[in-house]
Amino acid sequence: MNQPDYQLSRNAFGRLVLVAKNHQVYEGVVPIRAFPVTASDESIALVSAQGHELAWIENLNDLPEEFCALIRAELISREFMPEIKRIDKVSSFITPSTWWVRTDRGDTAFVLKGEEDIRRLPPTGLLITDSYGIHFLIRDRLLLDRHSCKLLDRFL
Amino acid sequence: MQQNSYPLQHETMLTFPPVWASQVTAYLTSEEIVLAWLEVDLNTRLHFSSGIVVVTNRRLLAKMAEEECWQDWSYQQGLKLSCRDHAGVGNLELFDTQARLAQWCYTLGKNAGVHHLIAEFTQQLHFRLTGETPIQRIPVKCPKCAAVLSSAQETCPVCNQDAHIPPSTWTLFRLWRFARPYRWRLLTGFLLMLGGTAATLVPPYLTMPLMDNVLIPYQNGKPIDVDLVTIYLSGLLAAALLAWILGWSRTYLLAKVSERIGADLRTTTYEHLVKLSQEYFGGKRTGDLMARIGAETDRINLFISLHLLDFATDVIMMSMTAIILVSINPWLALVTLLPLPIIAWLIHLVRDRLRTGFEKVDRVWAEVNNVLADTIPGIRVVKAFAQEDREVARFRAANQRNLEINDRVNRVWALFTPTVTLLTEVGLLVVWIFGIWQVSQDQISVGVLTAFLAYIGRFYLRLDSMSRIVSVTQKAAAGTKRIFDILDHVSSVPEPVKLVTLPAMTGRIELRNVGFRYGTRSVTRDVSLVIEPGEMIGLVGHSGSGKSTLINLICRFYDVTEGAILVDGVDIRSLPIAEYRKHIGLVLQEPFLFFGTIAENIAYGKPNATRKEIIAAARAAYAHEFILRLPYGYDSLVGERGQALSGGERQRISIARALLIDPRILILDEATSSVDTKTEKEIQEALDNLVQGRTTIAIAHRLSTLREANRLVVLDGGKVVEVGNHTELMARQGYYHHLYLSQSRNVDTEDHLAELDSAVRVRGDRV
Repeated sequence: MNQPDYQLSRNAFGRLVLVAKNHQVYEGVVPIRAFPVTASDESIALVSAQGHELAWIENLNDLPEEFCALIRAELISREFMPEIKRIDKVSSFITPSTWWVRTDRGDTAFVLKGEEDIRRLPPTGLLITDSYGIHFLIRDRLLLDRHSCKLLDRFL
Repeated sequence: MQQNSYPLQHETMLTFPPVWASQVTAYLTSEEIVLAWLEVDLNTRLHFSSGIVVVTNRRLLAKMAEEECWQDWSYQQGLKLSCRDHAGVGNLELFDTQARLAQWCYTLGKNAGVHHLIAEFTQQLHFRLTGETPIQRIPVKCPKCAAVLSSAQETCPVCNQDAHIPPSTWTLFRLWRFARPYRWRLLTGFLLMLGGTAATLVPPYLTMPLMDNVLIPYQNGKPIDVDLVTIYLSGLLAAALLAWILGWSRTYLLAKVSERIGADLRTTTYEHLVKLSQEYFGGKRTGDLMARIGAETDRINLFISLHLLDFATDVIMMSMTAIILVSINPWLALVTLLPLPIIAWLIHLVRDRLRTGFEKVDRVWAEVNNVLADTIPGIRVVKAFAQEDREVARFRAANQRNLEINDRVNRVWALFTPTVTLLTEVGLLVVWIFGIWQVSQDQISVGVLTAFLAYIGRFYLRLDSMSRIVSVTQKAAAGTKRIFDILDHVSSVPEPVKLVTLPAMTGRIELRNVGFRYGTRSVTRDVSLVIEPGEMIGLVGHSGSGKSTLINLICRFYDVTEGAILVDGVDIRSLPIAEYRKHIGLVLQEPFLFFGTIAENIAYGKPNATRKEIIAAARAAYAHEFILRLPYGYDSLVGERGQALSGGERQRISIARALLIDPRILILDEATSSVDTKTEKEIQEALDNLVQGRTTIAIAHRLSTLREANRLVVLDGGKVVEVGNHTELMARQGYYHHLYLSQSRNVDTEDHLAELDSAVRVRGDRV
């Protein structure tokens, strides 16, 4: 664990504040994962509100505890890619079709506009974009239960 | 008066979500009125949940489903409600001057109500603090198409047209729209079919008297009645000839009609497709679209002309046969027809599995096509990076999947036909058994049994071919659905309902609080700008700052998500699209030349241009001389991508193209950035000719090319940060100053950089 050369805190407005080595203060800093799907805890950038990179984090776990917690909290409130755990039912096998799913962020329903909105992620993952552009992730479709697999198979 | 001030109150409560209605009403004080509300569907940890934020005339109320009690904030100085969004999640935040008081999250599906909520809140706050009363009804607009809605939570009728109705085999009936013009010919064909089928049923019927009146009496010792035989046999011949003629004319007529239906379908689909907005093409892959228009229409065509025709003939023949059989002997007919329901049930059983299979086959076929469409245009990149083997592997993988899926379908399909054949044999056996028994009981003659067997042979034969209809119908239905997917797609840049025509355009462009969102990403925010007629504006900023988006919006390739763009004071959404674009000349970074002669390419925007006009445009674009140097002058053919010409030459042709239509508005999207500095100078001269007297909007990476601009608009992060001419902006020492310095510092190296740049490009992605 190595101490980074900047300070990180959260202000009363709920924004992350970064104080750089040269005492420059940046408000509204956001952590951005470089590979949100393939390597979620590695390669995170801290980016200023203007979109400039301020710091690079090779691995989140290398950071001091409190920094890590701040960044994780911010990521949780920013990143939204529900992971589908089970497909309960679909309204039809022909798109547009409404899917009722259980995700790691609770149960929900979304509309799949067309089969082309299901993107294959190598090797067996799927990224499903709903009609509002929200991405739903299936990390490994082979690990889904039989029922979900059967429903999903009709769209692949 | 009170009632007039809050005209929304009644309607708002009407649409209030019933889950929350009672809770809210219980919590409200007397004379407290709900003005706007937002149902949120995420908690602050971004888990799916539910909650509500309500604006009343007294305060702001909020509650999440998992919370015990309501939170509320009365109107006071310094409160601020604002929203932002990122990656499909909206964030509504309430601040006072010291801190953030609360935060709510929602998916963008709920976005429609947010702006209304904030507007109501701000207005109420203003009213409470200053006592100024002008509380107006804030019109609720659909965030997608800006149509005015009656309440904030109503879904827009325009955008929500593709209400998610699941299509089925019934989609085939939608083809009627294309068959309608040919209905009389179709009817004639049907009558011919009826006659033809009836004629084919005569021969088996004649076997009955032939057997009973000729052959059996002969076996019993009577001589053959030659006259009778002649009558029967000529009847057989006549029936065969009639069936031949009718069958021929029917097939010819219906095939002709179906070919026309197919052609109409193809043209209509293509016509619809090219009119769809840029957005649609952004989300589709070329291979898939090509497959839909080419292969799918062909499949539908084949289905109508061949399979549907066969099927109809089969159905007619079967019903006629059934009637004849029953009229001869009801009991034997009953036994004969017994296997029919079993076969029908079998067909139904396999039907579903086959349909899924065939849909899969279609999709995987499109995938194979996509690999082709990906690699062939990018072949230079593939070769430059020596990745041929990888692309072949990719193609092989797609093909392998194609094989696997076809194998799986064929497994079911292979079982199907032999089973039908087996059932046919079993059916014949049953008829033999029952028939022989009936003959032995003297209930029927041998002739009747022979006729039955003759009929039933055909009958079951038809069943076999009929079973094929299952798969082709499913295929055709899947194809029809894919075609109608295109046809049903409403352009996201719709033609206005109420047309306004601008006979003469001066070219004054006004952007009013323009915002644009691409998917979940907000690209442009709150851009306001007025461009006077004849003025030249340079758009400056880093890549990704929203320059191209702004141009796409002005061209109306996309529609603004917020605000409006006005030309000569008219919202461009109320102008006919084609009419409006006639006034726009567009010169792109990568000029696209169609296959054809140079003259045709120059005259693309005005096909009826005279040779004189074409030459004048080419001269003005400094293209005349190099065109004359080509072996066939203006008649020289240029390839699919104008391969034979250099970048600068192609660019000058595209400038001539823009000049020829004499547009009022000219848009230069990095027109000179893909060429070296020497060519740039030549192009620049051509551009100077083009710009004169037109409203011009230019994007240029190199700031030096925007010297002529009246004003420079500096964009960053989708917002306008600075406006002014070069001198002013330099004096301001702001963003532009920084940008300019960082470029001029490299001024000595620019040529070198440009070279490097183009070298990279040969290998890189923009080939």
